[in-house]
Formats: sequence, C-alpha cells, structure tokens
Amino acid sequence: MNRRIVRFAVLSVAVLTLSASSRADTLVADLSQHLVGITTGFAGADVLLFGAVEGHGDVVVITRGPEQPAVMHRKSRILGVWVNTASMTFDRVPSFYGVASSRPLEEIAPATVLARHEMGVEHLRLALARAKASPNVAAEWRDGLLRNFQRSGLYANSVRNVTFLGNRLFRTRISLPANVPTGIYQVQVFLLVDGRVVSAQTTPLSVSKIGGEAVVYDFAYAQPAIYGLIAIALALMAGWLAHLAFRKA
Amino acid sequence: MQIYLPIAEMSVNVFLLLGMGGGVGFLSGLFGVGGGFLMTPLLIFIGVPPAVAVGTEANQIVASSVSGVLAHWGRGNVDFKMGFVLLLGGFVGSTLGVLLFAFLRELGQIDLVISLSYVIFLGTIGTLMFSEGVRTMRRRKSAPTQRRKLHQHTWIHGLPLKMRFRRSKLYISALMPLSIGFLVGVLSAIMGVGGGFIMVPAMIYLLGMPTSVVIGTSLFQIIFVTANVTFLQAYANQTVDVVLALLLLTGAVIGAQFGARAGARLQGEELRVLLALMVLAVCAKLFYDLLITPGDLYSLGITR
Repeated sequence: MNRRIVRFAVLSVAVLTLSASSRADTLVADLSQHLVGITTGFAGADVLLFGAVEGHGDVVVITRGPEQPAVMHRKSRILGVWVNTASMTFDRVPSFYGVASSRPLEEIAPATVLARHEMGVEHLRLALARAKASPNVAAEWRDGLLRNFQRSGLYANSVRNVTFLGNRLFRTRISLPANVPTGIYQVQVFLLVDGRVVSAQTTPLSVSKIGGEAVVYDFAYAQPAIYGLIAIALALMAGWLAHLAFRKA
Repeated sequence: MQIYLPIAEMSVNVFLLLGMGGGVGFLSGLFGVGGGFLMTPLLIFIGVPPAVAVGTEANQIVASSVSGVLAHWGRGNVDFKMGFVLLLGGFVGSTLGVLLFAFLRELGQIDLVISLSYVIFLGTIGTLMFSEGVRTMRRRKSAPTQRRKLHQHTWIHGLPLKMRFRRSKLYISALMPLSIGFLVGVLSAIMGVGGGFIMVPAMIYLLGMPTSVVIGTSLFQIIFVTANVTFLQAYANQTVDVVLALLLLTGAVIGAQFGARAGARLQGEELRVLLALMVLAVCAKLFYDLLITPGDLYSLGITR
C-alpha cells in the first residue's frame, strides 16, 4: 500500500509538470497498471486511475469492457412450468461497464450530454439486432439485459467517487470483480465544465489470464481433442490411485 | 482460499469444492451410488454454468468409476460381455446426447431440459425405491419371503439377436442391453451423471441379471460412456474444467472412504429408504424451482 502511494505521488508530480509544459492539454490521466492478470488466486482487482486537470471542472471516468453480441431469453408459464419462450439478440453489448464521477452525474451535465457520451448505465446505447420489436417492448428487453448484467456485478450499480486532492489532482479506483471477462478495456476520462465536455482521453486496460490459468484455457481451446484425452487420462490415474489407497486402508 | 477455475471462468473457495466433493463422496460411499445426480445440481446451484457442470462431472465420474470397478473386478463381479454390449449402446447414446446438448444450449432450453430430466427420472426411481424399501422392511417383520423364480418369460425373450451371457446366466436378445445402454448414454450426456441409478434397476428388473454382478458391470460401462462424454464435451463445447474435476474428486475419494464405513453399520433396506428420500428431496427442490415465479423473467443466454 505504501509503495502505491509513493508511486502515485511520483507519477502525479510527473503528470503535473507535463500538463504545465503543454497548456493545450487540459486533462491528463493514467492507470496504476495497464495489465490485470487473472491468476489462480484471482478474486477481483482494483486499478487506480489518477490524473490532473487544468482549471476547474468535473471529472467522469467510464470503464468499458470489449463489446460482444448478447442473447436474452424471456420466460413465460407453460403448463405451470416456467419456460424460455422468446429470445432477442443484442448486436454489441459492452461486457463490462463502470462509471465514476466527482459529483452526481445529473448535477454535472444535462441528460442529453450524459446520453451522448453514454454516462451512466441508463444511458448505454444497446442496439437490438433486428428492429422487429416495438419501442416499449425493446425497452423491456433492454432493462432485462441491464438487470442481468448488474446482478452479475459486470455493470455498475452505482456511480463511484472521483476524489480531488486540491484543485487539480484527482484519483479514483476501478474495481473489477472476480468474474470479469478478458479482453482490451477502454478507460475514458472526461473533463466537463458547465455541463459541456471540454476534454477527453482514452486509455486502454488489458485484462487477460496469465500463468497456469492461461495455459489450461488456451490449451482447451487450441487442442480440444488432446485436452479431452488428457482429462480422461488424469481421471483414470486418479481413480487407480484412489483404488490403491482404498486397498491399503 | 479462492481459486479461479480456468474453464468455468469463476472464482470459488477451494474448501467449498473439497467439502462438496467430500459430502457427495460420503453419500456415494454410504449408498453405493455414483453421486453425479447430486453433484451436478449442486455445481449449478453455486453458479457453475450448466454446460461446464455436466462436462466436468462426467470427467469426475470416470475417476470414481475406475476405483469402484477395480474393487469389483477383484471379486469377479463384472460381466464383461454384457458390459461391452451395454457400452456399445452407451457410446451411440452419449454421442447423440452431446449433440442434443449443444443444440438445446443454442436454443436456450438446456436448463429446462436438465431440470425436467432430473425431476422425471429422480422422481420415478425415488418413488419406486422408497415403496420397495418400505415393503421389504414390513415383509421382513411379518412373513418369510418366498423364493423368486429364476426367470420369468415375457415378450422380451421373443426378440431376435439372442446372445448368451455366461457370467449373468442369461440367454437374451442383445437388443435389450443395447437399447438400455443407448437410453442411459443420452441421459448421461444431458444430465451429467453416470446413470447408475437408472442402469442398476434396469439390469435387475428388465434384463434379470443377478444382483451380484450388477454394480460391477454398471460401473465398468459407465467408465467408457462418461469418458466418451468427457471427450466430446471437451472437443465440441470446451466445457470440461480439469481443475474443478480434480478438486471435486480429491474430496470425493476421501468422503467415499468414510461413507463406505458408515454404510456397513446400516441395514440394506434402511439404506434404500434413506437413499430414496434423498433422491426425492433433490427431485422436489428442482421441481419447486421450475414452478415458482422467477425473480426476473429475463435471463442472459450464452454470450460467446
């Protein structure tokens, strides 16, 4: 923890001098780490974001996971049993979404600005693959998708705080839960003055399996036949060992 | 102590997995069943994706069946010829089952089919076992049992392709064990079980095999059928998590030791009634979950 603070201080000073030298840059920010490794003991991770702004303003930080299509199902009752009876595909859905801001979002900017920059879960633009649903039905599917992602902890339930240290330095923590999907994330930092975005910056953040986890996962997908045979061989060996142990006892 | 499961892509407590393996292992040792029908619903319950639960459980059952069959082999309680005929049907059935599984998963109906299969088969087997167990407990108290006939001739004995099974003292049509093997193979792939709880009654009541060779022969063919399921699930769907399988079977091996010792102190009929009650409890829980209104009518399908 101490080392983190020292690193934060050193980098902050660097950021400050950097921003002082080039006046055009009104916003500078960086992450404490650009790679989050999923190892055997992985149980979620926190990434520190820090930066500096020129002059007064509000800061909003949005973290988005890689986009992917998503299939949703809706249940209805058939003969007393709940069955998936309808499904809908969303074209591109961020696999992770987190947001942090220096003040409550609605105080920072009007709804139109929040919507344009997709600030806040309710402003996410989620496109249905086919425009066959009427607007209110589409909204129900959308809300269902948001609820599911929020339940699994992949979409933020609330807006985290961006804290200012003095007038210019700010920091926030990006919390990634244990079930984060892998891929390249985009961390977007916005500076808003009087409800308008005056500066923005995007920093990539890579989340990937490393070490033993990556070896097993990659092997299972690259050589599925050999992986299957190894799984069987391991089970046969374990069963045989268990038999030996049983006999001795 | 958390561990990240590479294929299930989730973080779970190691001791929870060892404990689950140990608990289910204890019960399987106590009752002489595989335990797949308990473990697969438990894995789904703690949040393992159903597809990974089924594929991984098949892998674990390979291990527990091997250690079981080695013990029975030593006592000469395996009818290999019958085992081969059964597993021939089982291979075809489980291959079809894995294909069916992938298809239902695509449709978004796999959870429902898994639950319904459990409710139907556990409900039927549990009820039969319970009534039979209670009846024998009563009969033991009242009158001495009359000896059963060695064979009863039914339409089954009129089927073609007759084969002689010396170890089982049977001369029956190969179509019967082939179709039983096929059916259990399909269920094994879809439900993530070895299928012993269906195979064993089918061998006794439908085929008329002597009880002494039933368990060993059933275990023998389960090894090959679950190995087939493991391979196909790993090959086609990438849903076998070896880390999860190894943790579960470590617990299961130790639990089964204690279970077998505890089982030696109980009467056969009492055991059967207890097992029936447990089977019915799992069945009731799954049935209840199908009937109650879900918290959210909308759910996320496969994202990949």
